Amino acid sequence: MQWDRFVEVFANPAMVARYGPNILAGTWVTLQIAAAVIVTGIAAGLLLASLRSYRWRALNLLIIAFVDIFRALPPLVVILLVFFGLPNVGLSLPAFAVLWLVLSCILAAFAEEIFWAGLIAVPKGQWEAARSTGLGFGRTLLYVVLPQAIRMTVPPLTNRTIAITKNSALGTVIGVPEILNQASTAQSFSGSGTPLFLGALAYLVIFIPFVLLGRAVEKRFQWKRH
Amino acid sequence: MPAAAHILEARGLRKSFGANEVLKSIDLSLAPGELVFLIGPSGSGKSTLLRCCNRLEEPDAGSIQVDGEDLLSPRTDLNRLRQRVGMVFQQFNLYPHLRVISNVTLALRKVRGLPRAEAERIALGALERVGLAHKARAYPGELSGGQQQRVAIARALALEPKIMLFDEPTSALDPELVSEVLQVMRDLKKSGVTMLVVSHEMRFARDAADRIVFMEHGRIALQGTPAEILAAPPGSRARDFMTDALH
Repeated sequence: MQWDRFVEVFANPAMVARYGPNILAGTWVTLQIAAAVIVTGIAAGLLLASLRSYRWRALNLLIIAFVDIFRALPPLVVILLVFFGLPNVGLSLPAFAVLWLVLSCILAAFAEEIFWAGLIAVPKGQWEAARSTGLGFGRTLLYVVLPQAIRMTVPPLTNRTIAITKNSALGTVIGVPEILNQASTAQSFSGSGTPLFLGALAYLVIFIPFVLLGRAVEKRFQWKRH
Repeated sequence: MPAAAHILEARGLRKSFGANEVLKSIDLSLAPGELVFLIGPSGSGKSTLLRCCNRLEEPDAGSIQVDGEDLLSPRTDLNRLRQRVGMVFQQFNLYPHLRVISNVTLALRKVRGLPRAEAERIALGALERVGLAHKARAYPGELSGGQQQRVAIARALALEPKIMLFDEPTSALDPELVSEVLQVMRDLKKSGVTMLVVSHEMRFARDAADRIVFMEHGRIALQGTPAEILAAPPGSRARDFMTDALH
């Protein structure tokens, strides 16, 4: 491989100067989507798992249906369906909102399953001990069971969250001006590989800290077991 | 209201798991300050009986009065009444994510609604009683099994229960750690705490129990003071069960 050629295609200074600002703008959009999806997706997943632990039959069937459907469907299919399908029934959402909503639902579905696995992994004795001191179901869940379940779920949840948040790149097909959208637009105007390379760098800049943060949280949340 | 003659009074208690009838009309009463041992072969229903006494198991029929209050009535505030019935488990069941002090204050703060300072004062008093006030800032995983069980006892004691239920409190402990837990139970007995204990510690039962209740096939087969059980004629199931464990 010729190094000069590589630099010219992927790190052309003129291209960096010209399209750098676009990529930067896209990075800001991706960051916003990522933050919004993570907050709503994980919160919704935690809420669904908590509701499921009450074991109300009808509600649980709904939760399980939601979770299974959103885990089974490819994210792109849902995004296209919502963005191009819903306007036909009179519901037209902005592209950003569609991307946020769809990815949040998908993350919520996966997060629910992860939290649920954590909840049922907490030994029954923890429930019994708390209930025997007069704590009700909700308080036992809140103060005793959830904190333990959440600690157990940090590693799988971090991985899943990153995997789903990266799907923000799918927003490009419905015109959300995020990193990939900016980069491929610039690439098709310029014919240069540099914008795509900058885009890849931008993803690294966003997601590497995420991976590191996940690792730090994991450490912080461990407690000594006997 | 005059003090109830019995701290705990179970009448006609029945419980089945599927087709398996585990408790077949049990009557059992504990007077204030009494230490009663429930013994019997595994599957005899002793743990189920104990767990019915704070409704961790729901009896199918019968009645249970705790300090004169109907435990099984739908009008009873179960969470309030459960605070009067302390429970100690075989596996300790301390909350691993909370420090020792917070294990003890949790119910004081979240059920009783006490402010932190007040709850911690009470908790330290309870930890003092089991000799572990100096471990207040430790996490359960940093303690030995015996220490964990003593913390579990303090967690129950902090709520000033009318009666303490012990479900095989020393069965999960290494032999050298058993005595510290039994010593705490002896101290509780001295200070007048009413206790119902499921355990295989026959020496302790013989030395400390006011009464031994021998269960078999979901019924109380025999009960009496340790001396009375041991004086039963050879061949009596209760006596044999006890003497076998003593040797």
